[in-house]
Amino acid sequence: MFESLTEKLNAVFKKLRGHGKLTEENIRDVLREIRLVLLEADVNFRVVKDFIEAIRVKALGQEVLTSFTPAQQVIKIVNEELTYLLGGENSQLNLSGKPPVSIMFVGLQGSGKTTTVGKVARFLKEKKRDTYLVPADVYRPAAIDQLQKLGQDLEIDVYNPGPGEDPLTICTNALRSASINGHDVVLIDTAGRLHIDEELMQELQRIKERVLPKEILLVADAMTGQDAVNVAGKFNEVLGIDGVILTKMDGDARGGAALSIKAVTNKPIKFVGTGERLDALEVFYPDRMASRILGMGDVLSLIEKAQATFDDKKAMEIEKKIRKNAFTLGDFKEQIQQIKRMGSLDQILGMIPGVNKIKGIKGLQPDEGELVKIEAIINSMTKKERLNHTILNGSRRKRIAKGSGTSVQDVNKLIKNYVQALNMIKKLNTSGMKGFKREMLPF
Amino acid sequence: MLWFKKDMANKDKETKGVLNRLKERLSKTREGFASRVDRVVFGKKKIDDDLLEDIEEILITSDLGVQVTYRLIENVKEKVKRKELNDPNLLKECIQREILDILKAEEKPLEISNSCPFVIMVVGVNGVGKTTTIAKMANRFKEEGKSVLLAAADTFRAAAIEQLEIWSERAGCKVIKHQNGADPSAVVFDSIKAAQARDIDVLIIDTAGRLHTKVNLMEELKKIQRIIGRELSGAPHEVLLVLDATTGQNAISQAKLFKEATNITGIALTKLDGTAKGGIIVSISGELKIPLRYVGIGEGMDDLKVFNAKEFVDALF
Ligand SMILES: Nc1nc2c(ncn2[C@@H]2O[C@H](COP(=O)(O)OP(=O)(O)OP(=O)(O)O)[C@@H](O)[C@H]2O)c(=O)[nH]1
Ligand SMILES: Nc1nc2c(ncn2[C@@H]2O[C@H](COP(=O)(O)OP(=O)(O)OP(=O)(O)O)[C@@H](O)[C@H]2O)c(=O)[nH]1
Ligand SMILES: [Mg+2]
Ligand SMILES: [Mg+2]
Repeated sequence: MFESLTEKLNAVFKKLRGHGKLTEENIRDVLREIRLVLLEADVNFRVVKDFIEAIRVKALGQEVLTSFTPAQQVIKIVNEELTYLLGGENSQLNLSGKPPVSIMFVGLQGSGKTTTVGKVARFLKEKKRDTYLVPADVYRPAAIDQLQKLGQDLEIDVYNPGPGEDPLTICTNALRSASINGHDVVLIDTAGRLHIDEELMQELQRIKERVLPKEILLVADAMTGQDAVNVAGKFNEVLGIDGVILTKMDGDARGGAALSIKAVTNKPIKFVGTGERLDALEVFYPDRMASRILGMGDVLSLIEKAQATFDDKKAMEIEKKIRKNAFTLGDFKEQIQQIKRMGSLDQILGMIPGVNKIKGIKGLQPDEGELVKIEAIINSMTKKERLNHTILNGSRRKRIAKGSGTSVQDVNKLIKNYVQALNMIKKLNTSGMKGFKREMLPF
Repeated sequence: MLWFKKDMANKDKETKGVLNRLKERLSKTREGFASRVDRVVFGKKKIDDDLLEDIEEILITSDLGVQVTYRLIENVKEKVKRKELNDPNLLKECIQREILDILKAEEKPLEISNSCPFVIMVVGVNGVGKTTTIAKMANRFKEEGKSVLLAAADTFRAAAIEQLEIWSERAGCKVIKHQNGADPSAVVFDSIKAAQARDIDVLIIDTAGRLHTKVNLMEELKKIQRIIGRELSGAPHEVLLVLDATTGQNAISQAKLFKEATNITGIALTKLDGTAKGGIIVSISGELKIPLRYVGIGEGMDDLKVFNAKEFVDALF
C-alpha cells in the first residue's frame, strides 16, 4: 500500500531526531521532505499544498505539546492530519429502507467495478443478505458474461438482460424482478466510462433517477496518479457519490490517490480491494491507513483477518490435540487449509510491518503452489500414516510421492517441516498456550 | 496504535474551508488543458519563482514525477542564470524540447519481421487494457493484409476468454482457447503449433492481468515465455507491456519488474483519451529505455495509434 511513503517518512523523522527544538526553520525542512514524499506517492499537487499548509499552521500553533520530542510532535501532527484527511471514521454501507435497496458501482474503465460487485455480493451473502446482481454494461465485450460467471461462483442470482435491452431498461426490469422475487439488495454493475464522456455520464444520471440507489460507489484504482482528483471530482459532481472503493491495494502503489479522492469529494472510502479473488475485500480504516503511512504497519487488519477466518471450533479441537501432543499430519493439513482461507500469502505478508523493508523477502515468500502440493501429499497417505509419521519408511514415501504426483524430496521436505512444527508445539506446550493463534502462522 | 486520542471537534469547520478552496482551484485546472503553459506565461516579463512554480505544477500534475520535474526546472534555472534564457515565451519550447529528446529516443514503431509466426506476448497489471489493445493490433495487422491468430492465455479472469473471442470476431481472426482455469502454458503451446500449421503471420498472446509484485504470477509469466522460446526459437519477438496513462508513479515499478521478469521489448500506453497525461512514460523512457510502440485513445478497434513523441509532448501542455 503506502510502503514507500512509510519508508520515506521514517527517513524524514530520523533526520528530525536529535534536533532540540522545533524551529520555523527546521519545520520548513521537514515540510519540504513531506511534500516530496506525498508528491512521489501520487497525492495531487494541490492536495499536498493544502496538507502542508495545514501541518505548518499546526506545527507552529499552540497545539504542539511540550512533552514531546520534535520528531514526536511532527509525527503526531502528520498522523492526525492524514487520519483526518483519509476519513476520520470508518463508514459502513447504508442498506436501510424498504427492500430492494440498490447500490450502483461506477468508475473509469478497468478500475475493478465488476470484480468489486462480486466481492461486495460475497460480503453481503456472508451477512445473510439476499443479493441480486445487475449487469448494466452493454458495451464491453463479455461484460455481462463476466458478472454472470461471478454470480454462478457465488450462487447468487444475476439478472439476465434480453437482447437489445439498454442499460436503463436493464436496471428498470431488474429492479422489478428483484421486488417480485423478494431480493433485499440489488448491486448494479455499470460500464467503465471516462468522466469527460458527457453522454455516458448522463446515462448514469438517468439510471440514478430511475433506480434511486441508496449508495453510489466510485470504484477507483489505488495506482491512479494526479488525475484522481479530476475523475473523482467529476463523478461526484455529476452523480453525488456516497463512497469510494479503492482497488488493487495488494500491489506496491503508494496509494496517494486515497488522499486526493477523499480531499476532493469528502466522501468516505468504504472498502479496499486487495486481490483478484472475491474474498479480497477489506473494510477501510483511515486511522490504520494513516498509521501504516507512518510506518507502524497494518497489524490490526492482519490479526482481525486471521481471527475471522480461523474456524474457532476447529481451533479448539486442535488446541486440545496439541496440548496432548497429538498433532497429526491430518491436523497439519487442516492448518494449511485454514491458512489458505485467509487469502493469498503475499497479501498477508504485505500487512506485516517491516516486511517490505527486508531485502530479498520476495525469495522467502511461501509459494501457494507449495501448499497445494502439501495437501496432495497428505491426501495420498493412509489414515495410519497420517496418525503416525514415524512409520513413513522409504517405500511408503515413494508410494506417496507417486500417488500425489510429487517427488520423494517433496515428501521428505514436508515431513521435515511437520516435525519442526511438532517441536514448536512441544515447546509451546511447556511455555503455555497464550498467544497460540498467532504462533500458528509460520511466517 | 495512535499517540493521541482523536481531537476532531473543531477540525470540521477548518477543513471544510480547505475543501471548498480546493474545489475552486480544481475547476480552474480542469477548464482547459490545451495550452496551460501559455496561460501561466501570459503577461509575464521575466522568468521568476512564481512562474517556475506554475510550471512545476503543470509538470507534476501531468504525472512526470518529482525527479524529472525538478531536473527540468533546475535546467531552466541554470539557463536563466547563464542568461541563455530569459524570455518567458521561450520557456515552453525549452522544456518541451528536453522532454521530446527523451521520448524521441524511444520512438520506435513495432516492425513485424517475417518470422512465421511473429509472436507478440502482451503483459501488464490488471485492467490496463491488454485485451482491448490486442484487438486493436489484430485489426491493424489484418488491415495491413497479414494473417493473425490470437491465444487466450488468460484462463483466470471470469469471461476473459469470451471477451477475446468477441474481439476476434470483430477483427476477423481466430482464437486458440482452452477451458477456464486451464494451464496458460498449454494454451500458448497449442497456439504456436496452430500458427505454424496454418502459416500465420502474427500470433498475439493475451495473458492474465497480474500485479508486478506477485512473485508466483510473475514466475508463471516467465514459464509462458520459456515455452514460447522452446517451441519457436527467437520467439517471442515482442513482449509488449501495456501501461494505463491514468497510473501514477507506480508505473515505474511496473515497468521495472515486468522488465526484470520478461525482458519487455515495447510499451503501449492506453487511455490517453481521458484527462490523464501519462507523463510517467517520460521517466520510464529516460530510465529504462524501452521502445514506445502504441498509444490507446479509446475503446474502439481503431483507437490505436503508433506512438509519436512530438504529438505526445504537444498534448502534455
Ligand atoms: N490485484 C487486484 N486486481 C484486481 C482488484 N480488483 C479488480 N482487479 C482486477 O482488475 C481487472 C479489471 O477488473 P474488472 O472488474 O473487470 O474492472 P471493471 O471496472 O469492471 O472494468 P470495465 O467494466 O472494463 O470498466 C481484472 O483483472 C480484475 O481481476 C484488486 O483489488 N486487486
Ligand atoms: N477510454 C479508454 N478505455 C480503454 C482503452 N483501452 C482499453 N480500455 C478499456 O479498459 C477496460 C479494460 O480493458 P481490457 O482490455 O479488458 O484490460 P485488460 O488489461 O485485458 O484487463 P485484465 O485482463 O482484466 O487484466 C475496458 O473497459 C476497455 O474498454 C483506451 O485506450 N481508452
Ligand atoms: Mg466491468
Ligand atoms: Mg484481459
